[in-house]
Amino acid sequence: MAGQSNAGHETYYVPEKSSLAINATIGLVASVYGAASVINDASYRPGEETNSSFILFAGLAYFAATLWVWFATTIRENRQGMNSAQLKHSYVIGMQWFIFSEVMFFAAFFGALFYIRNLAGPWLAGEGDGAMNTLLWPGFEYSWPLMETPQDAIGGVSGQAAAGHLANNGEFTGAEKHLSFPGFANIGHWLPLYNTIILLTSSFTCHIAHMGIKENNRKKFNLWLFITVALGAIFLYLQYMEYHEALFEYGIKLNSGVYGTTFFMLTGFHGFHVAMGTVMLLIQWLRSTSKGHFTADDQFGFEASSWYWHFVDVVWVFLFLFVYIL
Amino acid sequence: MGAHGPAKGLTRWLTTTNHKDIGSMYLWFSFAMFLLGGSFAMIIRAELFQPGLQIVEPEFFNQMTTMHGLVMVFGAIMPAFVGLANWMIPMMIGAPDMALPRMNNWSFWILPPTFLLLASTLFMEGGGPNFGWTFYAPLSTTYAPPSVTFFIFAVHAMGISSIMGSINIIATVVNMRAPGMTYMKMPMFVWTWLITAFLLVAVMPVLAGAVTMMLMDIHFGTSFFSAAGGGDPVLFQHVFWFFGHPEVYIIILPAFGVVSEVIPTFSRKPLFGYASMVYATASIAFLSFIVWAHHMYTVGLPIAGELFFMYATMLIAVPTAAKVFNWITTMFKGSITLETPMLFAIAKVFLFTVGGFSGLMLAIAPADFQYHDSYFVVAHFHYTMVAGAIFALSSAVYYWLPKWTGKMYNETMGKVHFWVSFIGFNLTFFPQHFVGLAGMPRRIPDYNLMFADFNMMSSIGAFIYGSSQLLFLFNIVRTITHGKPVNDDKVWDGATTLEWTVPSPAPYHTFSTPPEVK
Ligand code: HEM
Ligand SMILES: [Cu+2]
Repeated sequence: MAGQSNAGHETYYVPEKSSLAINATIGLVASVYGAASVINDASYRPGEETNSSFILFAGLAYFAATLWVWFATTIRENRQGMNSAQLKHSYVIGMQWFIFSEVMFFAAFFGALFYIRNLAGPWLAGEGDGAMNTLLWPGFEYSWPLMETPQDAIGGVSGQAAAGHLANNGEFTGAEKHLSFPGFANIGHWLPLYNTIILLTSSFTCHIAHMGIKENNRKKFNLWLFITVALGAIFLYLQYMEYHEALFEYGIKLNSGVYGTTFFMLTGFHGFHVAMGTVMLLIQWLRSTSKGHFTADDQFGFEASSWYWHFVDVVWVFLFLFVYIL
Repeated sequence: MGAHGPAKGLTRWLTTTNHKDIGSMYLWFSFAMFLLGGSFAMIIRAELFQPGLQIVEPEFFNQMTTMHGLVMVFGAIMPAFVGLANWMIPMMIGAPDMALPRMNNWSFWILPPTFLLLASTLFMEGGGPNFGWTFYAPLSTTYAPPSVTFFIFAVHAMGISSIMGSINIIATVVNMRAPGMTYMKMPMFVWTWLITAFLLVAVMPVLAGAVTMMLMDIHFGTSFFSAAGGGDPVLFQHVFWFFGHPEVYIIILPAFGVVSEVIPTFSRKPLFGYASMVYATASIAFLSFIVWAHHMYTVGLPIAGELFFMYATMLIAVPTAAKVFNWITTMFKGSITLETPMLFAIAKVFLFTVGGFSGLMLAIAPADFQYHDSYFVVAHFHYTMVAGAIFALSSAVYYWLPKWTGKMYNETMGKVHFWVSFIGFNLTFFPQHFVGLAGMPRRIPDYNLMFADFNMMSSIGAFIYGSSQLLFLFNIVRTITHGKPVNDDKVWDGATTLEWTVPSPAPYHTFSTPPEVK
């Protein structure tokens, strides 16, 4: 656009052609195809020899390697000063909206939890106009955490068959014990409380690390970031212990009816996000300690990971409230 | 940068970061999906040509209705609008490219293999998805064919593509506008896409949640959708339609954007009520989050729910009507010429309005008990999606093709395409209102003799509409290979937006320094 004034405005940077996208596609599609095949093999032809898991793991490895190169490329470009302030802002916007999409993913599962707890559960026990339900599941009483499933209430799978239910989509046996608030007397053995304290603290330490790098104090940054990563790892370890306890001592499984379902799906997806966040922060820590990345006015890689971390933390607060306490 | 042109051969397309290349790929891909989904529709209409079972097995018929819906919604309409966004948004706001060009390429390339995977389920043991494009549990869980697992992962992959594409559009619009291009100066097409992108980022993850719950219920023993474990199949419908209703606005809002560009150009008048158009679009987007249960009036909602969703749904008609009035007022006393893009745009406005009226009828909860799951619903959503969205897409292609290629399409052929489409479309879907009101259920391969005449009309109309798309394809290809170069970069004398200030065809890199917008 010859002749147009651009005083005060930077010239745009348009990146070169790149094979990152096509490689990421290959990795993603192989992973997705492999995952579906592995799951179908397990469900429909157990024990048969297939190459599905090879496809899955090769796909995942290829995908991870591509993402690694992709991030390395963006970091290198930034360090070579190729990124204008405008492009940097685009990255900021990108990360913010990515986190928003994650919020909506969790919203779907929280929505399912609220719906089941406040509407579907009571209706199954005969509340409201749907008196049919007392014909289908006589004797079923609703309480939360749901320890006795409707199927249990009419005598398990065989009872369901005897009652003439046409559809039987599996065996759902309620858990023996639940993990909700055990009363103040037993609060010392209640892992979720420890996990809450750990995660809230880690958000705080993460913030101190951020202040450190902004004050150009790398030592402070490295130290507090390390503490954050360590807290993340401890959280994951405690969650592993909690799962162990749930599965083997409390009898809570994925098929323990809708309590087990919502418990494992919500805490599981959250735990997966904590693991991702921990790895992200760990990488930022390694970048700082071994390569001296980040300066007082440019630490986007860390900042983006820290937003993610705070987001994961907020999700936990909701989990703690709605899965464990209320 | 700036100076160098595209790479050569196939690598150009695999490695491109150029918004125009990527836009073209999206458009060609979506056209291919349009033909694929269209061929499924032809099979459906061939079977329904006469009562009785004659061509396909009922099992296969179910796979056809399912795949037709999925391919058209996710493979044809959505990527086509993303293609337009890629081509036009940077040019309309004076940006050199999309904000995140490499991710842009990735968003596109996920789609072809994903749809290959989805289409391949038709050849898997037990057949492809057969539970309808809305995949209600327990049809899609307890009673689903094994290929449902591949369907689930395909939905995940296209969701990733959509979310990345939308984030890119948001970043571009928020961050890449030329100096002086304030929000309230943006072309309507850009506005509608900004809001659409927001809707996509908000609801695609919810769809991902829905299919994840299905996956867990099918393979891992959870009971989200099984009453025996304390869950509820109706929960599926809530989660799905929380995504699904905003989804229909994701489809229609960019179409609103297109006609808001085309109608002023060919009326040679600025868009009437620009600001009210922006606010109407935003209110539609907001309301679209609180009307989802109008798809579920008959599942046994509490009466308070029925009422709430009924009134909220009717409320949406208000901003929608505001838009229709604005388009009509834009045309009022304009010096109108009726080139092909304008014909499609006007037809879109009127036929979409027909769909809006049938929508209002469906919105009335007690009346919907009669209409629900009948052909009346099929008529409603084809008026909104085919006439509303696909007519707008045709309009957009004719409108911008000279800008993209620097060559003029054949106007006579364009008009023939329009009239044949228009007649074929109405012949197909108008009678479906009547058979629906008379009680013909949707998604069945055979029907009562009393519906025979109208169904035969529908099928004939569908074949006419379908074949007219081949004319469309032919016209596009001929324009590219033999088209007459345009004499003026501006092409349409009434056009005012920024893309018409650059040469036609638009150079590979448009604005490497930002233009000043007054
Ligand atoms: C004035 C605005 C609208 C109103 C009041 C409205 C209302 C409704 C209602 C109440 C239903 C449920 C009918 C039933 O299943 O019994 C419905 C179905 C549907 N509508 Fe609309 N609608 C409107 C606009 C749109 C638009 C703009 C689109 C898409 C571009 C659309 C696409 C659909 C689709 C796809 C279905 C059927 C979904 C299915 O069951 O397969 N609607 N509409
Ligand atoms: Cu709707």
